[in-house]
Amino acid sequence: MALEGTAAVSAFWILAVVSVVTALAVVMLKDIFRAALFLVLCFFTVAGIYATLSADFLAVVQVLVYVGAIGILLIFAIMVTKETQHGSLFNRQHVFAMFFAVLLLIAMIGSVTQTDWDRLRDVANPSTEATHTEALESGEGLTDEIGARLFDEDGFILPVEIAGVMLLAAVLGGIVIMRERDKE
Amino acid sequence: MSVGLEHYLVLSSILFCIGIYGALAKRNAVVILMCVEIMLNAVNIALVTFSRFLVEDTVLLDGHVFVIFVLVVAAAEATVGLAIIMAIYRSRRSVDPDKIDMMKG
Repeated sequence: MALEGTAAVSAFWILAVVSVVTALAVVMLKDIFRAALFLVLCFFTVAGIYATLSADFLAVVQVLVYVGAIGILLIFAIMVTKETQHGSLFNRQHVFAMFFAVLLLIAMIGSVTQTDWDRLRDVANPSTEATHTEALESGEGLTDEIGARLFDEDGFILPVEIAGVMLLAAVLGGIVIMRERDKE
Repeated sequence: MSVGLEHYLVLSSILFCIGIYGALAKRNAVVILMCVEIMLNAVNIALVTFSRFLVEDTVLLDGHVFVIFVLVVAAAEATVGLAIIMAIYRSRRSVDPDKIDMMKG
């Protein structure tokens, strides 16, 4: 029920430390452009964390979507809005925000460590799900299983189609909002 | 020494709280969007963790499917959010959320 072996454990610790440090750098740095570059590094380490959880397909998709698309989009937005001379400053309520975040962190860590997860393991019924021990052990990966789960009749085909429609609506909305108003 | 469910969940909590601090305390709308992305990543880590560790030697793929939908929603959110920020910057020359109050009655 846990990752064993020095390679996996040290990979987790390195990735965890780097992701927390880069996320803190995103929040604390005054230079917005550097903050965006640290955010891209944070996305990379999260992809590595997916890899340690044997979610190979998600690691690749994370690099493609977050690093490739969202990171580039954010850097473009920073360059277009030219807010770099002002920098990324804190507002008046940042002490209260820090207090709230620390309180939330204490509550979350407390509930995570106090909960008896073994009881949840009894409730989770693996017989209704496909088991994937063979794929994990043979190193084949889970991509075809995820594809089958997404596009099966009794899987997630309706949410997939709704997600497609939502992406189309988001693209159209982005174009409509960004378009220069016709001068009449 | 081993790494289990709790380690990943604590990492996810820390990232989520860093994201919520940045989203509440920053004065630049682009940085607020970046912090929202960090929060979404933290939630994704928790989902993948549960799908990996809840049942022994098994990956429950529903968690992975949820992560894919979160990715889709994050992409749509970044598109529309940045479009709104740029439209506001074009008319106001500022991306400070404290100064954007044109919907105040």
